[in-house]
Amino acid sequence: MPFALLKYGLGGKYPARRHLPKAKDLKPAYDVIIIGAGGHGLAAAYYLARDWGITDVAVLDKGYLAGGNTARNTAIIRSNYLTPEGVRFYEESLALFRNLSEEFDYNILYSERGHFTLAHTDAALRTCRWRAEVNKHLGVDSELIFPDEIARLCPALNLSEDMRYPILGALYHPPGAIARHDAVAWGYARYAADQGVEIHCNTEAQGFVIENGAVTGVETNRGRIACKRVLQAVAGSSSRVAKLAGLRLPIRTIPLQACVSLPLKRFLDQIVVSGSLHVYVSQSDRGELVMGGSTDPYGLYSTRSTLDFKEGLLGHMLELFPFLADVKLVRQWAGMADMTPDFSPIMGVTPVQNYYIDSGWGTWGFKATPVCGKRMAEMLATGKTPDVLHPFRLERFFEFDQVGEKGAASVGH
Amino acid sequence: MKILNCPLNGPRNISEFAWGGEVKAMPDPVRCSDRAWADYVFLEANTAGVVREWWCHLATSYWFIAERNTVTDDVIRTYPASELFAERIQFTAPDKPGPR
Repeated sequence: MPFALLKYGLGGKYPARRHLPKAKDLKPAYDVIIIGAGGHGLAAAYYLARDWGITDVAVLDKGYLAGGNTARNTAIIRSNYLTPEGVRFYEESLALFRNLSEEFDYNILYSERGHFTLAHTDAALRTCRWRAEVNKHLGVDSELIFPDEIARLCPALNLSEDMRYPILGALYHPPGAIARHDAVAWGYARYAADQGVEIHCNTEAQGFVIENGAVTGVETNRGRIACKRVLQAVAGSSSRVAKLAGLRLPIRTIPLQACVSLPLKRFLDQIVVSGSLHVYVSQSDRGELVMGGSTDPYGLYSTRSTLDFKEGLLGHMLELFPFLADVKLVRQWAGMADMTPDFSPIMGVTPVQNYYIDSGWGTWGFKATPVCGKRMAEMLATGKTPDVLHPFRLERFFEFDQVGEKGAASVGH
Repeated sequence: MKILNCPLNGPRNISEFAWGGEVKAMPDPVRCSDRAWADYVFLEANTAGVVREWWCHLATSYWFIAERNTVTDDVIRTYPASELFAERIQFTAPDKPGPR
């Protein structure tokens, strides 16, 4: 349990410490430059400092701190994926998430809720059973349950058989959680900055200096900086930034929209997901229903919101919770999701030496923040690919060795 | 609802269409290396700006080409694939029958 607030209240030293140090001038050279000051980039900086003592690090962002997809996700954390590679990876992330508040002494509002993946068809039920078996084999708490048990655990759900897609069963994952997404990034930023990592917002990477096939510097809108290694962690801009280094990636950028209802008295403790109905929903600490659906039907570099999306999503929401018919939406937004052909991320080395990517975060990026930061830091420090990241290398597409992750959210199965 | 102008069926709701991704030149599947084939199948330019891409009108299974700005979401032009592919592309036949 983090005691920072209590200590502050009793400490008599006001105001509170500044969260991040004032921005400095860029140095001419750094050991590591991280492009993208979102959760992933900041986590990598934190673990570089904490685990490997590498603090000559600059984190650059063309916008503000954690203002991209870190601010736009729906904050769900779970590890009940389908492939053994995916389950192992996300399970490590979940374990790291659990301890973050204490590690930072800064509350990320990590809250275990239980996660339901609803099945409305025999095919979906079969996938749930498959996932449950893979999960259990790898020690993840996950099981297939049926409507009587669902009614006991989550009485708010409409379990009537008189609906278009009656609920036949669910994959139940008790450790499924939500957390304050901004706080995760701020926590990483604060403790990375304490160790000497520099965070430079409003600093856009505009090109890379590549000599003999290896990256040696970054061109920014504030001048050129030299570096030994670069990590690109830019979520929805992966293709655009990789292009500056002369790379093409197996990624299509597609918007993923979400919205929030008026705050309601708490009625939904769990996180409910339906792949067939393209709905996922949880109730935030403020009582708002945080809802998302599937990715947009076509690629776009835009965070606009559409009526089609809301009509589709809310129609299905009413199937699951008919009593919400008069509840109004209060906010809507979108993030740009980097969809890969196999619904798995792309992490690791690239054809450009010392240039590492952390990309392909379609609809599964937030929940991977800690493990990705930790393992990418390990890769940057040792130059070796950690076992847990090996399945997600870019080269898998040329070896026809993809990780078909049908357990991903917002993916029609 | 956004409207897309199908060269065969005229203006229709965009929900009647499926997006097929960018138009890429297919390498000769018999002669090209595995790497070149993977490159063709998986890698994307994923351009932010005006792109040329495949669309399909689902109700009539009609594939055509659209030029669209992927930042502003403006469709600039739609036209039949025959405008780009005037002749049949002849790929070479394998030298001998492959293993079955």
